Amino acid sequence: MEAVHNRRIASLARHLCLEVDTGLPSISFSPTSASRSSFGHVKQAPEDPILGVTVEYNKDPSPMKVNLGVGAYRTEEGKPLVLNVVRKAEEQLLADRSRNKEYLPITGIAQFNKLSAELILGSDSPAIAQKRVVTAQCLSGTGSLRVGGEFIAHHYSGPKIIYVPAPTWGNHLKIFPLAGLETRTYRYYNPKTRGLDYQGMIEDLRAAPNGAVVLLHACAHNPTGVDPTKDEWEGIRNVVRNEKQQLPFFDSAYQGFASGSLDTDAWAVRRFVNDGGETFIAQSYAKNMGLYGERVGALSIVATDPAVAARVESQVKLVIRPMYSNPPTYGAAIVANILSNRALFEEWKVELKAMADRIISMRHQLFDALTARRTPGNWTHILNQIGMFTFTGLNKQQVEYMTRDYHIYMTLDGRISMAGLSSRTVPQLADAIHSAVIKFSN
Amino acid sequence: MQDSMASLSVSPAAAGGSCFAHVQQAPEDPILGITVAFNKDPSPVKVNLGVGAYRTEDGKPLLLNVVRQAELHLVSDESRNKEYLGITGIVHFNKLSAQLILGSDSPAIAENRVVTAQCLSGTGSLRVGGEFLGRHYSGQKIIYVPSPTWGNHLKIFPLAGLEARTYRYYDPRTKGLDYEGMLEDLRAAPNGSILLLHACAHNPTGVDPSQEQWEGIRRVVREEKQFLPFFDCAYQGFASGSLDNDAWAVRRFVGDGGEVFVAQSYAKNMGLYAERVGALSIIVKEPAVATRVESQLKLVIRPMYSTPPTHGASIVTLILSSKKWFEEWKEELKAMADRIRSMRHELFNALKERQTPGNWEHILNQIGMFTFTGLSKEQVEYMRREDHIYMTLDGRISMAGLNSRTVPQVADAIHRAVVKFS
Repeated sequence: MEAVHNRRIASLARHLCLEVDTGLPSISFSPTSASRSSFGHVKQAPEDPILGVTVEYNKDPSPMKVNLGVGAYRTEEGKPLVLNVVRKAEEQLLADRSRNKEYLPITGIAQFNKLSAELILGSDSPAIAQKRVVTAQCLSGTGSLRVGGEFIAHHYSGPKIIYVPAPTWGNHLKIFPLAGLETRTYRYYNPKTRGLDYQGMIEDLRAAPNGAVVLLHACAHNPTGVDPTKDEWEGIRNVVRNEKQQLPFFDSAYQGFASGSLDTDAWAVRRFVNDGGETFIAQSYAKNMGLYGERVGALSIVATDPAVAARVESQVKLVIRPMYSNPPTYGAAIVANILSNRALFEEWKVELKAMADRIISMRHQLFDALTARRTPGNWTHILNQIGMFTFTGLNKQQVEYMTRDYHIYMTLDGRISMAGLSSRTVPQLADAIHSAVIKFSN
Repeated sequence: MQDSMASLSVSPAAAGGSCFAHVQQAPEDPILGITVAFNKDPSPVKVNLGVGAYRTEDGKPLLLNVVRQAELHLVSDESRNKEYLGITGIVHFNKLSAQLILGSDSPAIAENRVVTAQCLSGTGSLRVGGEFLGRHYSGQKIIYVPSPTWGNHLKIFPLAGLEARTYRYYDPRTKGLDYEGMLEDLRAAPNGSILLLHACAHNPTGVDPSQEQWEGIRRVVREEKQFLPFFDCAYQGFASGSLDNDAWAVRRFVGDGGEVFVAQSYAKNMGLYAERVGALSIIVKEPAVATRVESQLKLVIRPMYSTPPTHGASIVTLILSSKKWFEEWKEELKAMADRIRSMRHELFNALKERQTPGNWEHILNQIGMFTFTGLSKEQVEYMRREDHIYMTLDGRISMAGLNSRTVPQVADAIHRAVVKFS
């Protein structure tokens, strides 16, 4: 009974913040606790323009709602997709009792890095054979861009300025300044043609300083879906390499997703690398392997000679170690499994092509639906643009109307994720576009 | 190549050489470099006392039972997917992590004054917290770290935008805490500076303040200097075997109502090293401030890696939210802590038996995964060369790397090194 009594007293004392056991004095609230927060001046930041769309979508109670915001693939049933081949790889990993969770090296899984470089550059790439390629496993595309950007800011001998296309993925404009690079834009999208402003782009690259860094979307430009033709790529390469000695930094987030073919989508990157010049590449497996939340990607740096590549690798580690020490193992182990196993690799290509094909068919369905409704305007860009997104050309007013009245969620620049559409939701979207275009004509 | 274009001419830039030719070879990371050297060593009797990763009595890495069960559950759950997490990670994970370090009855949590973001283990939490402070802290953008400290602290904070300075901490004469020196240095620092504190099991020394000393530190921090304390908590549960005991200092500081930053790692206490699971908690004076701070934290994370990885944090969430698994985890954690403590006793006894010159009690007194042996650089290099025993040059050994088989070998090596280079 006494023991219970003592326990009750002790419990009460703890709640009153009295230190019964240690004999220390009770904590008096420090004078500073009465004073202001050291963060009272911090302002509320706006929600991320892209990820914030999902935040708003999640709040919407309407059963009709459609999320065309984030570029995350959805099945015909509107569900997220975990690839079959990913599940198989996961099961294999789990069944392998020799595996452990020891720290990876700073640049990640060596086999993953090798296979990633081969995937983007081609397994017969001379650059790889000549040991001029350094690859580091990073946190998806974002992490690869940030680590690459910081490395360039610390070590690049040219101007610490990076040129990005107008428009580009919004996060580019945040990543590079924080990495230490001044960020400027070059003309890219022509709203009149809804295609590439090739002349404007070449003019702006020529006007930029020699040796500046140039960010290029490897394929399936985000947000516009507008890619240069092969001839245009050649023209760009000629200016970048021969006239301006600029450093190309490719953002490759959709290899295999754009055309359905891994090699076709890597064409531009391989073209640049094969002319012998130096190249940075940020690769993401978020979309093409559906590994979004596992954060799997790779930064490859192609240097002019192997000795430079080795030294570069040692310095890349000094960027990564104070950022997160070493990368997460799980997702990269899945990728390494798939890429190194012939059967799984072939299966992956089939599943990837199926996703790309479904997106292309959504393009056709949406185009047909707008044509059937005789919606004012020219909608062929829906067919011409490539990859996960369509830059509809809708303005902010029209977008907001579609969200309010039709519960269709997209980014304010009018970008829609085709991967978020299905045969069931296409008519709803077409109705919404039709209504918006009529109500708020451009 | 199939296309019909003319062969590519090599660009002048390529002919002219690399834009990175001037880049110097960076030295290997001092800690991770030990393992690199260890792996290259062909000796069958080599011992790695370098990295702070737990090893079993058989010298093997350990996958916790409870982690394996959670993983099996995760992978077989067909309703799960791999969609992007929110920028600050799994909400439930964040809630449970805050409760773990602050106590589930923490007034700060009840009052909505705690913001928690899932980050990439301890390093990621420190870097994100540091960058946030570099941008938003209204006090001095100077962070004081103990001397010595985990080497990576001195790299993380400058890159985050904070000037890093040190305060006296380890006393080589006593192989304990230089408490007076520490307080002097804190008093001499500018008011409103940021103060990095190791929550428990100081790395690399294993020397922790007593509860009285923690109180003394807290009073200087809060009442005299209005410092912002930033706790690095990588060993909760590992130091004493008790999660609550190891959180005592953090809870004391949070309990006085002042603002606190806490970087939590699950690398060691859940054995999740390579999954990179951690959390940054920011405790502020008011809930409205907490909301705004959270929104700004997202602006630090998004341009760094967008959103954190899901797998490891999902494992932690399952374990912390299951009564059964949580209890199992505590047992496995205590077993690891107990084995480390028994290694301390074995090594101490072995040196005593050999009558190795010097006072070796610090091996028993120091806490956590590491012992700061007091061996000199010369002695360390000698032990590596002659006995294939690997440790960092500051004489830090990972007790987790020892077992009953290697203790005699290590004791012999220490004895020889101490006698040779007294």
